[in-house]
Amino acid sequence: MPVIAVRNLAKTYSTGAVDVHAVRGVSLDIPAGEFVSIVGPSGSGKSTFMHILGCLDRPTRGSYHLEGRDVSRLTRDQLAEVRNSKIGFVFQGFNLLARTSALDNVELPLLYRGGGMRAADRRRRALAVLDAVGLADRVEHLPNQLSGGQQQRVAIARALVNEPAILLADEPTGNLDSATSREVLDLFRRLNAESGITVILITHDHAIARHGDRVVEFHDGLIVRDERRASERAAGSEMQAAAQTTG
Amino acid sequence: MSLFATIRVALKALGRNKLRTGLTMLGMIIGVSAVITMVALGRGAQEEIETQIRGAGTNLIRVRAGNFRRGGVSMGVGGAPTLTVEDVEAIREAVPGAQYLAAGVSTRDQVIAANRNWNTQIEGTDVELPLIRVWNIDRGAFFNASHVRSAAKVAVLGSVVRDNLFGEGADPVGERIRIRNQSFQVIGVMAAKGAGGFGQDQDDTIFTPYTTVQKKLRGRDGTNISGITISADSPDNINFVADEISAVLRAQHDLPPGEPDDFMVRTQTDVTTMRSQMTQTMTGLLAGIAGVSLIVGGIGIMNIMLVSVTERTREIGLRMALGAKGRDVLWQFLVEAIVLSLVGGVVGIGLGFGISEGLTSILQWPTAFPADAVALAVGFAAATGIFFGFYPARQAARLDPIESLRFE
Repeated sequence: MPVIAVRNLAKTYSTGAVDVHAVRGVSLDIPAGEFVSIVGPSGSGKSTFMHILGCLDRPTRGSYHLEGRDVSRLTRDQLAEVRNSKIGFVFQGFNLLARTSALDNVELPLLYRGGGMRAADRRRRALAVLDAVGLADRVEHLPNQLSGGQQQRVAIARALVNEPAILLADEPTGNLDSATSREVLDLFRRLNAESGITVILITHDHAIARHGDRVVEFHDGLIVRDERRASERAAGSEMQAAAQTTG
Repeated sequence: MSLFATIRVALKALGRNKLRTGLTMLGMIIGVSAVITMVALGRGAQEEIETQIRGAGTNLIRVRAGNFRRGGVSMGVGGAPTLTVEDVEAIREAVPGAQYLAAGVSTRDQVIAANRNWNTQIEGTDVELPLIRVWNIDRGAFFNASHVRSAAKVAVLGSVVRDNLFGEGADPVGERIRIRNQSFQVIGVMAAKGAGGFGQDQDDTIFTPYTTVQKKLRGRDGTNISGITISADSPDNINFVADEISAVLRAQHDLPPGEPDDFMVRTQTDVTTMRSQMTQTMTGLLAGIAGVSLIVGGIGIMNIMLVSVTERTREIGLRMALGAKGRDVLWQFLVEAIVLSLVGGVVGIGLGFGISEGLTSILQWPTAFPADAVALAVGFAAATGIFFGFYPARQAARLDPIESLRFE
């Protein structure tokens, strides 16, 4: 069973007289553990699609099953619960709370968990994910004491803390230089490989999109290309082969 | 999200902008402390009045001749010759609850002692007056029944009169004073008592037998008196005794039913109630004015919360994306507003208490700590937080997460 199953999904915005068809009937299956890039220029509908995948918005038509559950007709509060437990967001602008320690930022999603969680458990969980993203020595730092790459890693830790089904990264490298971008993308790759979390990377940049196992390209509210690639793994084995030949 | 977690989140959010938090609370602090101070001052004044009146005797009943409401011509209280010594005896006979009685007739005149003189109240009264007024004799003795029978020219001085005629603390017992060219012998000095229920100085008085005032000073006919001072046997009984006195006097004066009284019966409770009502009105007025600043403080909180919601739109969007429900956001902002107003309220109570204490110790203004006003102020502060915090909080809760995350 795919973790995400979308059928004939459409989203129309009514802005006064004109209806804007942002997404015009999209079907897509994403199996668990896949690393998918969704690429497209601005206005292609990829952001709207991402909002629906992230349960921030509801489709006008069509269905969206997340881990087998139809989430396309849920109420605002139900969507909030789904976001909290199933989806980890990583944003372009990091969106960390200012003047709040890395640890407190990472604990934030745990505060909104159904059933609640004891403070000590929250702290333990947050420390564990901060350790997983390599920031064990920065837990009490405030965002303005951290570099852009470190801030984005705090944001990734925050996305992971509730052990979500999917990691939804919206232009996660947009505010980072190329070396730091590489680090962050490697982190996604590693998390995907090690814990099998489904990663969905939304970007306008084809070079970034190539880091995914699969590239889904949007244009005018429709999927125009959907390719599985052997990119990273292939590149890795090529490098290994090269190393072997030289060695 | 649990209430405890909500409070923690709200406290952290407030801690992130301490200056603003402090300034917002200041509005509340000033409002609450103003209310507390005003009410404390009002209560203090009220308690002082009550103490003074209690000092005059708690079960005191005064009957005065004449009545404001009688007939077309106002006779003026005490002016009409409607009370007599026989009335006093009738009350003594018929009203067992009237424990002590003293006929009263007074005048005002210049009093001369050696080379000094003083204008004062000369209160003609009866031997039971010190018992009625619960008043001790400082030196010498009060006059006795035989002085009254013989209209003896004896005088008991109030302490202020003694101070002015013989010097402060002097012992004038045995000395002579002149009133209207007649020589009176000083036989006693009353203990100092302070101001009376209406602010007049009770110690600025000379007591003589009422018969002496009637015959020697007024030189008028017969048995008319201007008032009767009575103490009821118990404060609980006072209204019943007062009613009985009225009935006896109406019978004495042959007043047919429907005819208004030609006398006035006033109990100490009447006076107390009247004065208390006056100060209560004043206290209410002052507290009302101070309450305006509470409302201004509340509006300050609402203003800051509205700014805060706009400023923190991205934070709200983020929290929603991470799973905060509308009500989580509502509660967070509501709790922030309540914390602002409650902490402001509690600090305001402390400050108001401090100011009241300061006024008492520096200016000697009487204040009383108003427990109910404190409860009211805390309640009002919390209510302000909820009332003025709800609108901004609801605005925050209604935000759309996508729009909020895009907000710059």
